Amino acid sequence: MKLELNVNGAAHEVDASPVARLLDVLREQLQLTGTKEGCGEGECGACSVLIDGRAVNSCLVPAAQAQGCAIRTVEDLAQGDALTDLQTALIELGGTQCGICTPGIAITATAVLEEEPAPSRERIRELLAGNLCRCTGYQLIIDAVERVVRERNAK
Amino acid sequence: MSAHYLKPATLAEACEARAAHPDFVLLAGGTDYMVGSHHRPDPPGVIDLFGLEGLGGIEERDGAIRIGAGTTYAQLLRSDLVRERLPALFECAREVGAVQIQERGTLGGNMATSSPVGDTLPVLLALDAQVVLGSVRGEREVPYHGFCTGYRQIDLAPDELIVAVEFPRPPQGLVQFWRKVGTRRAQAISKVMVAASARLDDEGVIAHVRLAMGAVADRPVRLEQTEALLLGKAPSEALADQARDEVRREIVPINDVRSTKDYRLSAAANLAARFVRTLC
Repeated sequence: MKLELNVNGAAHEVDASPVARLLDVLREQLQLTGTKEGCGEGECGACSVLIDGRAVNSCLVPAAQAQGCAIRTVEDLAQGDALTDLQTALIELGGTQCGICTPGIAITATAVLEEEPAPSRERIRELLAGNLCRCTGYQLIIDAVERVVRERNAK
Repeated sequence: MSAHYLKPATLAEACEARAAHPDFVLLAGGTDYMVGSHHRPDPPGVIDLFGLEGLGGIEERDGAIRIGAGTTYAQLLRSDLVRERLPALFECAREVGAVQIQERGTLGGNMATSSPVGDTLPVLLALDAQVVLGSVRGEREVPYHGFCTGYRQIDLAPDELIVAVEFPRPPQGLVQFWRKVGTRRAQAISKVMVAASARLDDEGVIAHVRLAMGAVADRPVRLEQTEALLLGKAPSEALADQARDEVRREIVPINDVRSTKDYRLSAAANLAARFVRTLC
């Protein structure tokens, strides 16, 4: 069926099954390959995207349900060459190793800090518990998010 | 050929769609259905219920707290009413998956899938929830206790939808309890879940008690034998020990990929004892 999707501020029309995975539509039909497939069953968070500002696993979202929503992928975080403070912190503090989990981490942290701007370190761990990093670089990832929280709240 | 896709705008339209297409997949947040879906053929059609207004809402009315079946875990967690009056459900929602799953998974979806490891299901038993079912024939209300009739089987007619869950307003002093045992707090599918509630009377005697568990049988269960043991007694260390023994006699969990029968028995029995100690 014809699906109308609003992705990163642009309207797209794609032909897909209503139960096609949003992940596949983004990667294979819209060539937005920043979103990664990890487990494909909602465990690892690598495929996280924003739907109306909330982080979801795009491998579990039927494409038809994303119609009429604002979808944002990792490609839309930086504006041109200007990275977000969170992306900068992930790079500077080494919160990324092989990089597969990084788009999902960046997306999820963006969403959760929007709703909860001053989480404790423990709470950051809970909010990011759905994003697995098999390089096990968790401390540095949490450090990066914590730095962003500190910087934003100092302003 | 691509599946038919129906997106009803109202509950009445949803009931009509269901009556016309009992073979279509009812889709809520998709967190269960979508797993592995790209390896399966498409269903003949889909009735998409996610975000349907008639299945939403959390409100207190007529002495009950009514939660629409389409309510997501994230919505439960944003509700003051749930946090204050149904703390067992709140704590349970907090431990379902992680934020991404909580944004899409729904209470009604958990009931419809009716997996023996569905996290909210023991909570529904522990809090005497009623299920509201709707169809073109009208609404009916049944106790959640008995709604699950077997392994992933529920008492739902082919033309019916799960519309809402109603919890009787928890009486003053009702203690609510929720513990989940899994490999990891987030994401892990549970090995054992225990939901319970109890109220003591003026003499300090247990006047009301519910003890429910998941992942210890082919469906979520209430441990009525252990409840009977506890009813009318004053909570104590000794009573906690008796409850532990009674649980071991009452349930027969299985070995599977996530845990063993022995581990489940020990964890379930110890959690029941811990519940009794919280009443002391």
